[in-house]
Amino acid sequence: MTKVINAPLFIDVPRPQFRPGPHGTHITIRGLTKYFAGWPLYENFDLDIPKGKIVSIFGPNGCGKSTLINMIAGLIPIDSGEILFDGKSLKDTTIGYVFQNYREALFPWWRTIDNIAYPLKLMGKSKAEVDHRLEELVESFDVKFDLNRYPYELSGGQQQTASIMRALAPNPEVLFLDEPFSALDFEMTLFIREKLQEVFMKTHTTMMLVSHDLEEAVYLADQILLLTKRPTSIADILHYDDARPRTTATLSEPSFIATKKQSLEIFQREVRK
Amino acid sequence: MAQEATSNTAAGAWSGAAHGLPASVSKAGDFTRLLPAAGPLVLLIIWDIVVRFGLIKAILLPPPLETMQTLISGMLGGALLHDFWVTLYRTLVAFAVAVALGMPLGIALGSNERAYQSVEFVVDFFRSTPASALIPLFLLIFGTSDINKIAIACFGAWLLIVFNCAYGVINARKQRIAAAKVMGASRWQIFKDVLIWESLQASFVGLRSAVSMALVIVVVAEMFIGSESGLGHKIINAQQVMNTKMMYAAIMSAGILGYALNIAFLAIERKIVHWSGR
Repeated sequence: MTKVINAPLFIDVPRPQFRPGPHGTHITIRGLTKYFAGWPLYENFDLDIPKGKIVSIFGPNGCGKSTLINMIAGLIPIDSGEILFDGKSLKDTTIGYVFQNYREALFPWWRTIDNIAYPLKLMGKSKAEVDHRLEELVESFDVKFDLNRYPYELSGGQQQTASIMRALAPNPEVLFLDEPFSALDFEMTLFIREKLQEVFMKTHTTMMLVSHDLEEAVYLADQILLLTKRPTSIADILHYDDARPRTTATLSEPSFIATKKQSLEIFQREVRK
Repeated sequence: MAQEATSNTAAGAWSGAAHGLPASVSKAGDFTRLLPAAGPLVLLIIWDIVVRFGLIKAILLPPPLETMQTLISGMLGGALLHDFWVTLYRTLVAFAVAVALGMPLGIALGSNERAYQSVEFVVDFFRSTPASALIPLFLLIFGTSDINKIAIACFGAWLLIVFNCAYGVINARKQRIAAAKVMGASRWQIFKDVLIWESLQASFVGLRSAVSMALVIVVVAEMFIGSESGLGHKIINAQQVMNTKMMYAAIMSAGILGYALNIAFLAIERKIVHWSGR
């Protein structure tokens, strides 16, 4: 007799089969969806980021380059989708992040050295381990300024160097760089760019770089990820394989010029769309 | 023409300054250092002239030198000193209790947006209500005791501290919080390593206004709540018996107290919030 009226109806929508990326993939993004104020920014977005490579992200204004890396880094929540690092979730992954605005990235209440040590302390490392890692970092960055000073006592380039050291301190699996050079003068940009390349050649940390400077984006990249206008999708992924270390001579190599030209063409095509 | 003239005079002045550089710089330096003394000096001179020429009756405005003598002898162990200490004591106790109760609450409210929104109006309302308007109410609750003066000063200071601490936490730089988050900091670690520090700048604004507020209310309370001591009591007493010399001296020592408290808090602030404004 008893019969449930208007019983809830369950329709079994099978979750789409997780499709792993090709061999050597580090970060797999599947079905990423993000709406801003009711408008789609990303809809069902799939992407594979290769391991041990530098991927530069380039695209039209407002296409969500920074939003993309912020979502991957867990700073902006996603509406739906899945992001995995070597099959693990973000909370099991060590990441580093370098902000464009170094002034508001470091903590001015601590000395620079304590800022760099902070992620290590968060991981519960012992004093000896922290000191050892700091020594390594100072050596590999060839630091010429006094790390016992407070961040606000350093120049912009020195502060950004310290930010990068802090991001690299815990030996992250992925390093995110959100326009790290935009607020620096040209001399400092060149210096930090070379340091970054050096570190990369030594550690082969996967890096994702957002840049608004095409030359810089190509110069550092193994892959250039070109995005469309919103709703954002992948316009193209270009590979750039010139040997490292790349130098000023690289900038006049035919392969460099060709890649840059091709990127620009795709970019312009997307902007006009 | 005009342009030429200006550029000429500018050049003239510039080269003149350049020639006499060492001498004029040191002279200018000495002079600049004396500038802060000019205001008080002018004030004393006007005061003296006004009294000397009888523009204001001597019973209303005593001569400046005699008033200063009363102030100095009073502060060097005379009757004034005891009242000074009593007022300072009441102000600091009220302030200390307000800090102990206000700072944790303000920081907690600031880090919980919903909690803050639900009490924002109440805090804003009582913050805008003159604390002195509540003196009769506090009289009813605490009677005319010493506790009363401290309690009401404490209440006024507490509101300022709560508001400013909450404000400081709410306005913490989002990117610093993001930086800690991305390094894997837990909510508690973000709170103790970022939020509290970020809030310090605004908190100190609150602490400084709170100590001034506490002093104002203590002095007012000492005047009107059957008091036996304190600068407020001294001022009203001297006024009642037309001892204007003592009245002015007591007013000045209240000023000295307020000024010293402000300077002390600025110094502490500069020491603790060393990154402020950089």
